[in-house]
Amino acid sequence: MLKLSRYVLHDIVRSKVILAYTLFLLTISVTLFQMEDNPSKALMSLLNIVLIVVPLVSMVFATIHYYNSYEFIELMLSQPVSRTRILMSEYLGTAASLSASFLVGVGVPVLLFNLDEVGLALITTGTALTFIFTSLAFYASVLARDKARGIGVALMLWFYFALIYDGLVLTILFAFSDYPLEQLTLALSSLNPVDLGRIFLMLKMDVSALMGYTGATYKDFFGSSFGALYSLGILLLWATIPLWLAVRSFNKKDL
Amino acid sequence: MKRLSCILLSLLCLQAHAHTLTVGKGQPFATIRNAIAAAKPGDTVLVKKGTYYVNNILVTKPITLLGENMPLLHGADKYEIFTVSGNRITIKGFQLTNSGYSAMNDYAAIKVVDATNVVIEGNKIYRAYFGIHMANASNCTIRNNYLFGLTKTEQTTGNGIHLWKCNNMLVEKNEVHAHRDGIYFEFVTHSLVRNNYSEGNIRYGLHFMFSNDDQYFGNTFINNGAGVAVMYSKKVMMHRNRFLNNWGPAAYGLLLKEISDSKIEGNRFYKNTVGIQMESTSRIAASNNRFEENGWAAKVAASSMDNSFTNNNFQGNTFDIGTNGSVVLNTFNNNYWDKYEGYDRNKDGRGDVPYHPVSMYSTIIESNPNTLMLLRSFMVALLDKAEKALPSLTPENLKDDQPLLKALKL
Repeated sequence: MLKLSRYVLHDIVRSKVILAYTLFLLTISVTLFQMEDNPSKALMSLLNIVLIVVPLVSMVFATIHYYNSYEFIELMLSQPVSRTRILMSEYLGTAASLSASFLVGVGVPVLLFNLDEVGLALITTGTALTFIFTSLAFYASVLARDKARGIGVALMLWFYFALIYDGLVLTILFAFSDYPLEQLTLALSSLNPVDLGRIFLMLKMDVSALMGYTGATYKDFFGSSFGALYSLGILLLWATIPLWLAVRSFNKKDL
Repeated sequence: MKRLSCILLSLLCLQAHAHTLTVGKGQPFATIRNAIAAAKPGDTVLVKKGTYYVNNILVTKPITLLGENMPLLHGADKYEIFTVSGNRITIKGFQLTNSGYSAMNDYAAIKVVDATNVVIEGNKIYRAYFGIHMANASNCTIRNNYLFGLTKTEQTTGNGIHLWKCNNMLVEKNEVHAHRDGIYFEFVTHSLVRNNYSEGNIRYGLHFMFSNDDQYFGNTFINNGAGVAVMYSKKVMMHRNRFLNNWGPAAYGLLLKEISDSKIEGNRFYKNTVGIQMESTSRIAASNNRFEENGWAAKVAASSMDNSFTNNNFQGNTFDIGTNGSVVLNTFNNNYWDKYEGYDRNKDGRGDVPYHPVSMYSTIIESNPNTLMLLRSFMVALLDKAEKALPSLTPENLKDDQPLLKALKL
């Protein structure tokens, strides 16, 4: 499996797209840190990039990569290697290369300019989001037969998590505004990895004071070590469940 | 001329009659209490350096109590240290510690009741329930004192400098830490609070209740539960104060509730959750203030009217103005807003299109606080942009018609 993953990784690195992505992240991070005299403010801006760009690139790149290596997958299938193994190697190769470029592009500048709890949380969240959205992309591509539809589904999913979901949350919060909603908002935030990552990070920053009463409920929850474990656990579930579904349907699929 | 020289002469006579009674080891008086008992009006009781265990020293004569090299008066956690009542009394240069705590009485290190022309100066007060407590006093001065409280809860800690039913008071250059309210005014009129420093108090740095015609300027309020609260008062002038780092879920820089006819000028609000919170206020003019990096620069409740914001700088605040209704009876003019995106074609330094300081999201939060879980999400940024282009939900009349393009030099 590792050998296969290494081939995948090699293939991806050669394609230069990943290099461009790394450079893009690196440029943005370094520029932000140099533009703002206060590193924690730069981190705030970086948070937005991480929450929007990382999922988008992970999804689109993973989908395109899956379809581009379709022939390679077919070739591998003719060898005595199990299907689970093939898909897992593809996944690990893609996710590893994407998170490597995230770690170089964002992780290194953060470590250099603002190494503290918030910085580390940002790196963790970004890496987790890379793994999560790669796994969602794999599930989408396994389900959709042709490339155009696959990319369409991936984009729709990104759109849903980045934007539509928050709109729905807003609607729900207004529709039930007469009820105590603190627990519900906690639950709602777990249903979207982007939101979960954002709240998890924001509670580590001092803007959390703006959140008033709601923020206090969050802080009690996410601030505790149980809360940190909980959010990491949920993020892990978000990465493993779509992947498991993808493997399951890949195994049954008539290729 | 004759009368003047007569007065001078009599003053000299008084001076000649004034004695100094020295207290300390190997001195004429062993205890402060004895010295005070022996003192005549106008005398000075000089206390030498040392530690004295004392309670309830009653001072009712017009005398001066002077500490040499900061003698330490220890209250053994019981009662008060000084209880002062009368006219022309000065207490200067002492260290006071461990006065008593009681849930029934407001024990203070120095308590002043029914007094005039009292001067409390240059003392250091530690671990006191109330630091300096004045009731029914006038023309008194509290200057250059340093107070550090008990750092307990709101109920078990008293106020640093507590003034009740006083007039013509001067509170200046004091430093208060870890009390409930740093400086507390209730029914205090025509008084002046200046150049004080109030840090890390549990509730407010400075608190006004029912206190009219007062001024405070040049004070610094850092990291208190809330910087300053002015409630149910009239004609309070607030100049050149600094409200810094009053940051927390329920913190304000300046909380105004039911106050009117006041001025807020030349202050700096930096890193407060809410710079100024206004509830049911009227006729307050805020000008030449700097609002920097606050959560909300100002929250103006719809119950406030005829307030004005002119010539202020708003920079780096998460939200500029918050409000809780669509009625706008306040004016915003000629301010500098760093979020302004308009243009200035005739180059007069003022933008040609009005600036709407209330963002869509801040309106949403006001009506439904739970939506704060969406703070800084992509969706909120889009909503704000859309609302900027076509205002529909935000109060349309809350706007600055002539926003400045360059920050004022304040």
